[in-house]
Amino acid sequence: MALELYLDLFSQPCRSVYIFARTNSIPFDLRKVSLLQGEQYGEEFGRINMMRKAPAIRDGDFCLAESVAILQYLAEKFQTPDHWYPRDLQQRARVNEYLSWQHTAVRAHGSKIYWLRLLIPKILGVEVPQDKMDAALEDLNGSLKLVEEKFLQDRPFIAGDHISLADLVAIVEIMQPVGSGLDVFESRPRLAAWRERVRVAVGTELFDEAHQEILASQEMVKDMDASKMQVFKPKILKLFL
Amino acid sequence: MELYLDLHSQPCRSVYLLAKKTDIPFHFKLVDLSAGQQHGEEFGKVSMVRKVPVMKDGNFILTESVAILQYMVEKFPRLVPGHWYPSDLQRRARVNEFLSWQHTALRAHGSKVFWFRAVVPVVTGVAVPKEKMDSAVEDLKGSLEVFQNKFLQDGSFIAGEEVSLADLVALVEIMQPVGTGLDVFEGRPVLSAWRERVKKEIGEELFDEAHQSIMNVDRLAKTFQDNGMLEFLKPRIQKMFT
Repeated sequence: MALELYLDLFSQPCRSVYIFARTNSIPFDLRKVSLLQGEQYGEEFGRINMMRKAPAIRDGDFCLAESVAILQYLAEKFQTPDHWYPRDLQQRARVNEYLSWQHTAVRAHGSKIYWLRLLIPKILGVEVPQDKMDAALEDLNGSLKLVEEKFLQDRPFIAGDHISLADLVAIVEIMQPVGSGLDVFESRPRLAAWRERVRVAVGTELFDEAHQEILASQEMVKDMDASKMQVFKPKILKLFL
Repeated sequence: MELYLDLHSQPCRSVYLLAKKTDIPFHFKLVDLSAGQQHGEEFGKVSMVRKVPVMKDGNFILTESVAILQYMVEKFPRLVPGHWYPSDLQRRARVNEFLSWQHTALRAHGSKVFWFRAVVPVVTGVAVPKEKMDSAVEDLKGSLEVFQNKFLQDGSFIAGEEVSLADLVALVEIMQPVGTGLDVFEGRPVLSAWRERVKKEIGEELFDEAHQSIMNVDRLAKTFQDNGMLEFLKPRIQKMFT
């Protein structure tokens, strides 16, 4: 049985796994899990990942969740080029440092902006108080500042001269608020230049394909059947507001 | 090697415990969080993120406990037995899976309960509203349930039959709310049995020593006052509520 990737490209961590597998020509069967339709709550997916989150993989009998763990697993199993997850002690540490930090920083703050700007008002029909929006934006700006000043500095990529898992995980998260109409690259030329380097390194066609859905979010919400999401409304409001 | 630590902090405890247990030589550099030392000029030169733990190995500075633990395992193969971060692909994946998940689950929820029970009332002089407290405790219970049902299951440890970084990180995070008097082990025999196994692997004396400050957290009130920290902490706590 081939490697199965359970993904929804609306989700940032799904995109990093997808791009990594495709750019390294890792053979896999794509199993789409539509998160906005609540498919992660289905019985079959529950057997793949009881936490009911994407991405998840099934490799033979082995099921694995958490994109960071999945990326580390795939890099090792398929012996991808060293620069993705360098064997050099200090370079690998730089990658691990970013992969650890980002959970409660860029990922959290980028996700929140996407929900507050788009999904909560447009799909749940709830107005977001301005002070919460401002606070969320301030947090995102703080995280992006650290990406530029600590993690990138004057290097072409986070770990040095070559792209690694850190850049891949970083870019997919930073693209999320862009999908909600907030162009975070506009006033950040260094970040924009890095984005282009990452895009070229993974393959521009692949990068654009992977981001097609998220970048069409504002159009998507207009036609979306919001009924399936209503049941999650209280949980979502508690989480973000 | 220098380790910048404050043992009130969970990720500092995991780094400290691995280094001490495996005899990795290091200098303990205290960054007193209750005195706001992480915001000082000197520490700012070490790390602009202004968080602990931080490792300084020669000129190489590294933040993030997970990255530091992974670095120490790799750098000192003769000191750190392989089971701490197994080289077997699937076992390592299990460790990595937990280390990734815990940031926004066990760590986030345990920290929040700690802040709500031990810090907020001390700084603001008012208890956290019942609804918010109940919600935070509920989230913690949810994480503990996932931890038991998915990560521990029937194994002795997260990665199988041997203790690893995952168990170490899990336990220091779970101890945080325990320090405030919320005994999450009560009524959870599977979790308690696992705790005992992990404590034994680390060494009971070492474990207790590392957890001394957090288990005496009622002293925090006086410490904050003595250090003039109350006014400094108030706006930060306001932000936690918005």
